[in-house]
Amino acid sequence: MRPVYIASDNIITSLGASTFANMEALKAGQIGIRMTSDLNLFPSPLPLSLVDSELLEEQFLYILKYYKKNVGLTAYTRLEKLLIISIHDAISQISQNFNDPGTLFVLSTTKGNIDLLEERYKTQFQHRRIYLWEMAKTVGDFFGFANTPLIISNACISGIMALMTAFRYLRMGMYDQAVVSGGDILSEFVISGFQSFQSISSTPCRPYDIGRDGLSLGEGAGTMVLTTGIEKNSGSLVRIGGAATSNDANHISGPSRTGEELGFAFTDAMKEAALSPGDIGFINAHGTATPFNDEMESKAIGEAGLLESPVNSFKGYWGHTLGAAGLIESVASVHALQDQMLIRSAGFESLGVSEHIRVIAANEKKKMSSCLKSASGFGGCNAAIIFEKDNV
Amino acid sequence: MNQVISAYSGIKPGQAWVNGGIEYRDENFITFAEFIKPFFKRLNLGYPKFYKMDPLSKLGFIASELIFKHIDLDLYDKKRVGIVLANSSSSLDSDLVHQESINNRSHYFPSPSVFVYTLPNIMIGEICIRHQLKGENAFLISEKFESSLLFNFVNELFLNNRVDVCLTGWVDLLKEQFEALMMFVEPTGLAITEENSGMLLPFSEETMDDLYKKM
Repeated sequence: MRPVYIASDNIITSLGASTFANMEALKAGQIGIRMTSDLNLFPSPLPLSLVDSELLEEQFLYILKYYKKNVGLTAYTRLEKLLIISIHDAISQISQNFNDPGTLFVLSTTKGNIDLLEERYKTQFQHRRIYLWEMAKTVGDFFGFANTPLIISNACISGIMALMTAFRYLRMGMYDQAVVSGGDILSEFVISGFQSFQSISSTPCRPYDIGRDGLSLGEGAGTMVLTTGIEKNSGSLVRIGGAATSNDANHISGPSRTGEELGFAFTDAMKEAALSPGDIGFINAHGTATPFNDEMESKAIGEAGLLESPVNSFKGYWGHTLGAAGLIESVASVHALQDQMLIRSAGFESLGVSEHIRVIAANEKKKMSSCLKSASGFGGCNAAIIFEKDNV
Repeated sequence: MNQVISAYSGIKPGQAWVNGGIEYRDENFITFAEFIKPFFKRLNLGYPKFYKMDPLSKLGFIASELIFKHIDLDLYDKKRVGIVLANSSSSLDSDLVHQESINNRSHYFPSPSVFVYTLPNIMIGEICIRHQLKGENAFLISEKFESSLLFNFVNELFLNNRVDVCLTGWVDLLKEQFEALMMFVEPTGLAITEENSGMLLPFSEETMDDLYKKM
């Protein structure tokens, strides 16, 4: 089977609109979650991680000019703009043709253009744009991608599942390269829902910490361009080593009590990559900072024999970005691996889970050749993916 | 390696089929709720969790139960049973219910029991819980039923040895429009019984297109 390399990428969050800007912010310990008062989002102030709207419009205007699109800023929804900016940044870093049938376009989202259900947007956009396939087509057509978008909507593991699917199709030779993008925006819909579960913390979230009391919501987009066209890797590129999903079969909105199922997703992904726990340089886990999720993850890490591997969560920086999280956090993990760096898990001070996982409390250099990224979500779903660097 | 479709089911307004034969008929209903409730009761499953599900999950759940009446799941390693489903309208049916609950600030009542169903893969979770299935699962979206989308995904799971067997299908519901086609895919020789050996279909895009058309 052909190796699948990451050729380029992008992250857009509250911390910036490029991978570079986001990585610099993470290394500097900058937190993007801010107390926000916006009546269109929620009746009372909440800590949220929002993409700066002015920056978004500015960037999008530039892209409209670049692609010579003769339409106004209002022709695209907020999510479509985020995705288009993210994809543009990733594909413009490499000189490849993306308009041939050998290019697969995979899109990951949980709620798509869900804000279009709000009264204030009812007249602005066609009713069809609420459908995920119409939203994906709008984004794909912007770039002239030849294939119908492959759309994954599988709760909070969507982003990892999108990468996994592209990885599997590419290594089998079904396509030569893939543009894998994920995005979700913050809307009244999503915030009111999580608030009804009483799962939102009143302060920026604190994954794995003893004082954690819930998640912080965020928005953003992430893109990875995957390729099989590399004959010999000069050493800088990272490849996908393996991936797996599993289901808890326990509860639709609460995680497994034992962590066994996420544990075997870890084990299956390592098996596919032909790695053992000792090879995993760090685990970038889901780490939402809800009491049950983080506890379950610690057990899963124990189940899979990974207690020696350092663990972090990026949710303390940019919140839980839902269907974008798997993409955004995979990109950041890949760059941390390239930079041979363990990044501090923001919001963590003292361990508050039952298994003795090694949460990264300070940035640190480390020689390592692989890392593991995981996610879990509503519906009992779990996913794990492994990234590998050939020359360390 | 060759896979076959060893059982399949279909549900459309007024009718349900299993393995090509009519399983249930009720032309006197007006709403989905009026159709699905007596149908569920007739299946005699004794599974009260059903009543908490949203309409999309109810539809997918019953379509899968029609199949599992003919498949003995205890023959398989439940960590190696995959579920790959797709539809067009995602969870829009429940999305509209949740949105309705927050549209009016003076009458604001978002509910976790509605919100949890605003994800299409919850239906997969419900099927997994019912039968303790823990293998690979995925929910995909396409405008219309696309056999190639499901076939490629499931075929790849078999080729890479990620599953022993896989439930796959199309379950779409929005307001009073609904349709479900569910198929159980397994390799020949694993658990093909005398009872079902007569109705095996090759697992292919052509077969899936054919089953969808016949619904």
